[in-house]
Amino acid sequence: MALVSAENRGLRLASRYATLIVVALVFMFPLVFMVVSSLKPDQQLLSDTSSLRAFLPVGDISLDNYYAAFERAPIGRFMLNSMFVTVTTVILSILLCSMAAFSFVFLEWRGRNVLLTVILATLIIPFETIAVPLLLFVSKLPWLGTDGVHWGWLNTYRVQIVPWIVDGLTIFLFVQFFKDLPRELIEAARVEGASWMMIYRRIVMPLSGPVLATAAILKCLKMYNDQYLWPLIVVQDEAHRPVMVGLGYFFQLQIAWGEVMAYLTLISVPVIAFYLIMQRAFISSIASTGVKG
Amino acid sequence: MIRTATRIALGTVSASMLLSGAAMAQTELTMWSHGAGNDVEIKVLNQIISDFNASQDDYKVVFESFPQGSYNDSVVAAALAGNLPCILDVDGPVLPNWVWAGYLQPLQIDESKIETFLPGTKGYWNDQLYGIGFWDAAVALFARKSDLEAWGLRMPTVDEPWTKDEFMAALDAAKESGKYEFPLDLGMNDQGEWYPYAFSPFLESFGGDIVDRTTYQTAEGALNGDAAIEFGEWWQSLFEDGYAPGPAEDPADQATGFINGKFAFQWNGNWRAVATMAEVDDVVFLPAPDFGHGNIIGAASWQYAISATCPNPEGANAFIEFALDDKYLAAFSEGMGLIPSTPTAAEMTEMYAEGGPLATFYDLSAKQAMVRPVTPGYVVQAKVFTKALADIANGADVADTLDAAVDEIDSNIENNQGYGH
Repeated sequence: MALVSAENRGLRLASRYATLIVVALVFMFPLVFMVVSSLKPDQQLLSDTSSLRAFLPVGDISLDNYYAAFERAPIGRFMLNSMFVTVTTVILSILLCSMAAFSFVFLEWRGRNVLLTVILATLIIPFETIAVPLLLFVSKLPWLGTDGVHWGWLNTYRVQIVPWIVDGLTIFLFVQFFKDLPRELIEAARVEGASWMMIYRRIVMPLSGPVLATAAILKCLKMYNDQYLWPLIVVQDEAHRPVMVGLGYFFQLQIAWGEVMAYLTLISVPVIAFYLIMQRAFISSIASTGVKG
Repeated sequence: MIRTATRIALGTVSASMLLSGAAMAQTELTMWSHGAGNDVEIKVLNQIISDFNASQDDYKVVFESFPQGSYNDSVVAAALAGNLPCILDVDGPVLPNWVWAGYLQPLQIDESKIETFLPGTKGYWNDQLYGIGFWDAAVALFARKSDLEAWGLRMPTVDEPWTKDEFMAALDAAKESGKYEFPLDLGMNDQGEWYPYAFSPFLESFGGDIVDRTTYQTAEGALNGDAAIEFGEWWQSLFEDGYAPGPAEDPADQATGFINGKFAFQWNGNWRAVATMAEVDDVVFLPAPDFGHGNIIGAASWQYAISATCPNPEGANAFIEFALDDKYLAAFSEGMGLIPSTPTAAEMTEMYAEGGPLATFYDLSAKQAMVRPVTPGYVVQAKVFTKALADIANGADVADTLDAAVDEIDSNIENNQGYGH
């Protein structure tokens, strides 16, 4: 009886692993295809797409596409731009959105519920509908530099950062999380004479690890992966272009698919590295908030 | 000794001040192009700019390149933000739209300098020149000479192209040979501007058009008249009768389909010619068939223009005139494989000189080429045309689809008060 049960358990385990391996392979196929294709010459890459060879590093394998990709576009510059814009936006976003949420949840002021509703309502507005008015707005904004006041924010990092710092989703995440924090802690701190800023810094933020991870990951993915339309219309000089706009460098009349794959592989490295580092926080935070990226 | 050193130092400072003064006197002319990532094109442009900047002291061209796929969006956004450069390039068929939208001003260049330019390289709107191209492009029917001989097919020429019957007989011969998966590759997967560029000349050769060019106020009769319906039925038969794969065609086919022996014929551009010649020894480039109203291919590629807000149009015109030198036109062609704008520049190239392997394409551009409808509405009409042709290829009713396309085009023209015609 015990033998049968052990056998059943083994079978169940084997089938579970088999299923997981199949699912993992399905999700890995695009990545494997991208990396493998980046090593093949175009002619072979295109011919292999009709067979399983597309996923195998076979045939004429080399790093030529990577060399060519670096010659075609300033990839390092694009990646640095994207990383700078992403990191700066994420830090400022967490700071300002958490402060806004703190105010909505813990401070008493007139109209806060209405304002929160308005902010949440912005979630349903697609960016494309406000892109042009926002473009007109930022093109007229002043900026105080070392050599005086400049008009217009085009062709700068700040135009890629500032409009994305505060958003309804991040505020919403913080609001939801802060609502579940024990009120007694806040009240006790107030009784002890703590200022609101001290409560925010010393009590609320240290308890907000999961939501910080969620907000940081979602914002990071959005800033690194989704920034295409906005930089396209506000950044005209190459020195400030992010990686997604840079992808266009590889789509000529004759598309160099091998170079496209090499470029995609290179620009995926920071995202994959970030995910691997944050893997545990990512899974637990997504599971706890029920928000999908 | 000290006095000498002081003199040298003072002299150096004075000289550098004079030089920097001269440099500062140069007015900057910003210039945009769509060629980011195309290192050959950028290299030639940089050479022209460097030569121009060194050739005079009044102007200095400052260059920025953009990825082609998003270039138009970048220009439109810049126009909205009041941030257009002085000199910019514009795709030929889009030029009327940008003029109509107020983005461009007429070129003031010596007309005698462009007399010999291919017709498709000149961007006119309301009889005024707004753009001039450093090259053109052409499409042709790629075929194997050995196949034509084996199937007993006449070699068509620009002056004596295949008729519709001869073309269909060639496709039938390819089908019957059993050598190929399909007789013809039309590059159907590319549903961008390829459809109007590559296929509207077929419609025009049948006697129809995307829009009535006499007034540019309607597509009625042009896109849904008898000739257009005859074209639509022929077009649909290509896919229904198995001559060519439809819009779901493998995107790799345009690059590898003909070379790998999947297709007997391929409707493709001169930009694929060199790569194809390297793989297919006996490839020949045949002119478009004549379906009854002439053998026609599309014309007009990228052209250089001056923005309406350019504060120094004299300098911008001077730069464009400077760039029209045959040596630069030939350099673009040698580097990118595109058709030089002038016969003299063509003679300077290995590929397009008389007797050169791609000389046929120059003849095609000179004799067969027809610009797409010269109207600001073309940008919309191109999309409507593309959708209609894809739908018909997928089996939609020909007459109904063309009628719907006409309604959409006419409605757009009306909504834009006739687009200034």
